[in-house]
Amino acid sequence: MSALLEVAGLRTHFHTAEGVVKAVDDVSLVVERGRILGLVGESGSGKSMTGYSILGLVDAPGRIVAGSIRLEGRELTTLGAEAWRRLRGDRVAMIFQDPMMTLNPVLRIDTQMVEAVRAHRDVSRAAALERCRAVLARVGIPSPDERLRAYPHHFSGGMRQRVAIAIALINEPALIIADEPTTALDVTIQGQILAEMQKLCAESGAGLIWITHDLSVVAGLADEVCVMYAGRVVESGPVDAILDHPLHPYTRGLLESIPSRNAPGHPLAQIPGMTPSLAALDAGCSFRARCSRAREDCRAAPAPTHPVPGRTVRCLHPLQ
Amino acid sequence: MSAQPAPLLELRGISRRFTQRPDAAQRLAAVFGARAPDAVVRAVDDVSLAVREREVVGLVGESGCGKSTLGRMVARILEPTAGERYWRGRPYRELDTAEHRAERLAVQMIFQDPYASLNPRMRIADIVGEAPVVHGLVTRAEREGYVAAVLERVGLDAGSMRRFPHQFSGGQRSRIGIARALAVRPRFLVCDEAVAALDVSIQAQVLNLFIRLREELGLTYLFISHDLGVIRHLSDRVMVMYLGRIVESAPVAEIYERPNHPYTEALIAEVPRVDARKRRYVPIRGEIPSPLAPPPGCHFHPRCPKAFARCRVETPALREVAPGHLSACHLNDP
Repeated sequence: MSALLEVAGLRTHFHTAEGVVKAVDDVSLVVERGRILGLVGESGSGKSMTGYSILGLVDAPGRIVAGSIRLEGRELTTLGAEAWRRLRGDRVAMIFQDPMMTLNPVLRIDTQMVEAVRAHRDVSRAAALERCRAVLARVGIPSPDERLRAYPHHFSGGMRQRVAIAIALINEPALIIADEPTTALDVTIQGQILAEMQKLCAESGAGLIWITHDLSVVAGLADEVCVMYAGRVVESGPVDAILDHPLHPYTRGLLESIPSRNAPGHPLAQIPGMTPSLAALDAGCSFRARCSRAREDCRAAPAPTHPVPGRTVRCLHPLQ
Repeated sequence: MSAQPAPLLELRGISRRFTQRPDAAQRLAAVFGARAPDAVVRAVDDVSLAVREREVVGLVGESGCGKSTLGRMVARILEPTAGERYWRGRPYRELDTAEHRAERLAVQMIFQDPYASLNPRMRIADIVGEAPVVHGLVTRAEREGYVAAVLERVGLDAGSMRRFPHQFSGGQRSRIGIARALAVRPRFLVCDEAVAALDVSIQAQVLNLFIRLREELGLTYLFISHDLGVIRHLSDRVMVMYLGRIVESAPVAEIYERPNHPYTEALIAEVPRVDARKRRYVPIRGEIPSPLAPPPGCHFHPRCPKAFARCRVETPALREVAPGHLSACHLNDP
């Protein structure tokens, strides 16, 4: 059986007046059923745009210019608008950082949830409501009957995110893409949501892509990790291997920047400089300007290599 | 008299209430005798805090716990509704006008959002240079050289002072905010989520800047954050707030290794860590209650796994459980 999701050589480019912005530039990743992939990167690394590309949500002037996206063996890049619409919210669902982006503020929760069911299933309103009740209870919302008749502003931030997760789960998708869904939440509420997501994935067998800037969230949640920098996957592999023995200098820099990994009061190891503009990138390694290991040959395009089975690194001078 | 010098800044029994004004319908109802009680938020409720010279105090808590309100009162952007403030051991009401002004300059604030806290129509030279000229720290003629020196101190190129805020990245804007605060030669910086908006690699750069400035200038910080990793890295002492009250206060190593209050314990357990793999999250139940209607007794009791009858009726007082370690929990009573 093929993997649940296989993305190979994906390139999503934006043709702007300032030139071609390579938001996603040769990204390959695999998600297996019931597994969690952490997609990690800083602002502008292309991690969210990779998620949008998998959902067919790239707006003009952006366009998928190359690569393939195969979900359950089916090629998605060649789908028409109507086929995409039928797929989204059914086989693939997305959870956004801000639940108010998902929820319509002037509609009751039941209206929005029933609509999501009936857009994909030919069922009665009563049957759809029954399903809504069940899924709200599953994501840990107390007294779902009452809450179905409430409006989004009646909910706290954490509860709103649970409703958004419930809507994503309602048609039992095979793949869920979560774009920083806990970043805006408090630590204790984040813990609750992470616990629910872990449980839901294990129970339903859905694959999950968790997009985040926070390596410590990924450490507790994911099975595999992809680290992105300036539109490219610089390193990928099992979570333990990547976090314990990073091969790419950028991954190591990120890990060393985390305050809790350092002795209190001492300066943090820092990555000098800042993320390059995506419009001004050449073919060479995009990290070389900030990298202590960079040499003359880093000007050439680094191809992904597999120094260890199951791991990929895009670096000519990887760490040992 | 103890040998210890008086704290640089001290607040005793500080409270801040916000009263929601009745809307038109409620005022109309009041005319007919159905007067609803005013909605009062006790954002900060009887908090005492003392910060010694060159000390870094971390203030941690979740949204709505009152940590920013407390920070604003420390920086005197907001006046307390009750309580007394002391500067170098003297109550504020005894300070004369010149001393008040000097103290205002000595305590500066650094804000969370480097986008919202810089005037987009001012050049960096004016943003950083305006206050020191107005307060007579430098003359107009010296201004340019002075701004250049301050910018260099925070790691910005002095040549960029003719530029506007939008021409800088998020990390550089944070540095501009720090430069603006440093320009009036403060002793004490209140940093309200000063690195929360930054990417990890940039956040590390700015945290390093805070550490370096403290060493070079002998600064004192009140560092407000929801991020326990950041707080642990910078602070000498940590205070934990929950719904307007301090629930625990201790030296940094003590609080992370031996948290006493069940809320602190839960908070530290919930923090995602790189070395905690594929962990089973055992989150604390429930939501943060609304500060409009806080639970009676100990504010944390509805979510506390160890709560018992007394917690529902009686507010626990902050008590010393070890030297320098205060905690407000009934479990500590014999």
